[in-house]
Amino acid sequence: MSTGVVKLKRREFMKYGLAAGGSLTLGVGLAGAAAAAGTDSAKANSFVPNVFIRIDKDSAVTVIAKHLEMGQGIYTGLSTLVADELDADWSQIRVEGAPADTARYNNLGWGAYQGTGGSSSMRSGFLQMRRAGASARAMLINAAAGAWQVPASEITITKGQITHTASGRTATFGDMAVAAAAESVPQDVVLKDPVDFVYIGHDVARVDKSPKVDGSAIYTQDLRLPGMLTALVAHPPRFGGTVKSFDASAAKLVDGVTTVVQIDSGIAVVAENFWAAQQGRDALIVKWDESHAFRGSSDDILAQYRALASQPGKVARRDGNIEAAFAAADKIVEAAYEFPYLAHATMEPLNCIAQVSERGCELWYGAQLQTGDQQDVAAALELDVDKVTINMLYAGGSFGRRADRNGGYVVEAARIAKAVGSNRPVKLVWTREDDMRGGAYRPLNYHIVRGGIDATGRITAWQHRIVGQSILTGTSFSQGPEVVDRTTVEGASSLPYAIANVTVDVHNPAIPVPVLWWRSVAHSHTAFSTETFFDELAYTLGQDPLALRLALLSHDKRKQEVLRLAAARAGWDKPLPKGRGRGIALHEAFKTCVAEVVEVSANSDGTFSVDKVTAAVDCGIAVNPDIVAAQMQGSIGFGLSAALGDEITITDGIVQQSNFDTYPVLRMSQMPRVDVHVVPSSADPTGVGEPGLPPIAPAVANAMFAATGKRYHRLPLQYTAQS
Amino acid sequence: MTKLRINQRDFDIRAADDTPLLWVLRDELGLTGTKYGCGKALCGACTVFVDGQAVRSCTLPHAALSGKEITTIEGVDSEESRAVQAAWLEIDVAQCGYCQSGQILAAAALLARNRNPSDDDIDHAMDGNICRCATYVRIRAAIHRAAELLA
Ligand code: FES
Ligand code: FES
Repeated sequence: MSTGVVKLKRREFMKYGLAAGGSLTLGVGLAGAAAAAGTDSAKANSFVPNVFIRIDKDSAVTVIAKHLEMGQGIYTGLSTLVADELDADWSQIRVEGAPADTARYNNLGWGAYQGTGGSSSMRSGFLQMRRAGASARAMLINAAAGAWQVPASEITITKGQITHTASGRTATFGDMAVAAAAESVPQDVVLKDPVDFVYIGHDVARVDKSPKVDGSAIYTQDLRLPGMLTALVAHPPRFGGTVKSFDASAAKLVDGVTTVVQIDSGIAVVAENFWAAQQGRDALIVKWDESHAFRGSSDDILAQYRALASQPGKVARRDGNIEAAFAAADKIVEAAYEFPYLAHATMEPLNCIAQVSERGCELWYGAQLQTGDQQDVAAALELDVDKVTINMLYAGGSFGRRADRNGGYVVEAARIAKAVGSNRPVKLVWTREDDMRGGAYRPLNYHIVRGGIDATGRITAWQHRIVGQSILTGTSFSQGPEVVDRTTVEGASSLPYAIANVTVDVHNPAIPVPVLWWRSVAHSHTAFSTETFFDELAYTLGQDPLALRLALLSHDKRKQEVLRLAAARAGWDKPLPKGRGRGIALHEAFKTCVAEVVEVSANSDGTFSVDKVTAAVDCGIAVNPDIVAAQMQGSIGFGLSAALGDEITITDGIVQQSNFDTYPVLRMSQMPRVDVHVVPSSADPTGVGEPGLPPIAPAVANAMFAATGKRYHRLPLQYTAQS
Repeated sequence: MTKLRINQRDFDIRAADDTPLLWVLRDELGLTGTKYGCGKALCGACTVFVDGQAVRSCTLPHAALSGKEITTIEGVDSEESRAVQAAWLEIDVAQCGYCQSGQILAAAALLARNRNPSDDDIDHAMDGNICRCATYVRIRAAIHRAAELLA
């Protein structure tokens, strides 16, 4: 009964210096490790070497994952790091989502903040999780050395078996769990030489694969707690609307409806099950106060942006002297680009379960921003932050949607649970229609790009102006109006080509349509304008678009390498028959470089198909190569969906799309063949959840130009046959 | 009260007659492997078998299904579905996984009709099942693999 748990509680925090960013210190907090790794008596005989690992008597190794698993494979990724340094057998590995606990589970790239995003999980966790595994391994070895009275240096671990070769003794992790718990935590651990990796860089089975094939994986939509109710909310039909009055008498007559209550964001209809809640909401009569509601249209917004784009904006980048370069230019090319609002349309519509009791507010969902959600719920319910607890569940996609503005849907669930009271858990469900009309879109953007070419045929000037809402404005991430908004300009301000005079500036007008990060954030539009415009300049100069890119990237071998690899594997130089075309695009996002070559067929009836995508990616060490490939395939499909058909439009304040009939996301028949090639690398890993997306739309548009001679300046691409 | 036969078991259903099968499965019987994605027969996440045919349970009033054999992801056990699930595991199809019950049933239904589907057959048969994670490349590969396993 004297266990590691008790002993560990007395230990001081162990600090590891961490190279990431050069300035961060990683505290693998051990005090209270038990809280993280399970405190019930069944866990009392566990070995809890740190807050990321629990090893049970049956030798099961449970990795406590601090990031949301939303399909990107991070549960597998973090486990791979632990298992490798621990020398566990892969079959021993289990995963649990970590609770909300900023001090222990912060994202090392984000300071004192726990969350998942910006393709940062692997980048920030690479050393931390390996050290956690190596530290546990050292303690197991020390325990075995003590038990067997042999030097620790003579003990090895392979695939979960602890061995002392000379004496022929072996033990499992479970055998040594109790003894290891009594060992002191090593101050320094030596990490493996990469040549000794057994899992990192090799393919392992995804840890979540079985439950996602037999239907047993539990998402928020699936969790049933005792006494739980289901809530739907009638939201104002226009952004900024509020409730004037409501009549719930018909709603309350629906069998199963228990409560109808006004909350900040609308009227919640609470019922015994989803169907009753939906019937009740249908029967609800609400009069909306729309005196402050947004009644504009997406066309008006675009017109406003066009006008703004004639004025200089806030400067995000300025190299050289753009005015002089244009004055001296022999030729100037200009293009304007339009990008619509986009919905995330995760397959699992938004939802969150909340229970409010005298203990505080307990939440069950797939949290992407634990720290922010905790703070926002605490503020809304007037609780201490530590009274807001989060239980992590799988998310059926997120793409940024679950990292909501100021706690959004999470606060809504908490408010309903508080209003319902009586300790009953309430599952808030947004229907597909709520989800699609509810805002938090990828912002609509307008870009103008001008390029100057001198008499010798060099690109000497590049001016890029972006007009779009800031995602950060009005949120706790806002940095104030004087700071250039990275979430609008990233990917444009980082134009990689050797051009002497570059200016990138930005306007962030205030528009009352809620906007949010959407897979790859600004890169989702900046890559399109930069990479199609670059293509346009290459054709203007009569140069091969690949050759010109390579020529202007002699300072950046990494980008040259992905370009060369994608081009070689795609057969860039092989001629295509008439009506078909090949295009290329390159982009760096979240420190990962991706080049994609696309082949299209333009049909005589005005339709076209995307036939094949060849992608090359440099993401440092590919921790899970097959997941890297899956994320490239998935982001290419997600980006292609937006390139081909996705668009949220607003008329008189009303969002015109509501479900998959009007928001036609990519389907099987539109999915091209995708070949993914990973550049071998020994550099620390960078993210892969988003960077495959930005190059796809420009590569398709460039391929369409090659096939048809027509340039595209807006997304989604609207292809009409050339006359 | 309607009697339904689901996954080889009989149930007396309490829900109102117009309640779609999806919500009977999920909320009354706790069979949550069948998913809600759109509620309008547009995405395929709610696919189940009724007398061996793949149908959308979100728009199907359950009271009309008395006397029929209903099979969900939890109960599916045909030769084709076993091959599909094995191929799905082998090729690591799932990402978020939310659409996959529907994909797997749709794929099993395809293979029950056509043991050797071409890419075009697959595109046609699977076009009603949305995957926002765009696992389509692997779904295609896994259906071919399942066809091999069945051969
Ligand atoms: S939920 Fe039934 S088809 Fe989408
Ligand atoms: S795996 Fe996520 S929607 Fe298909």
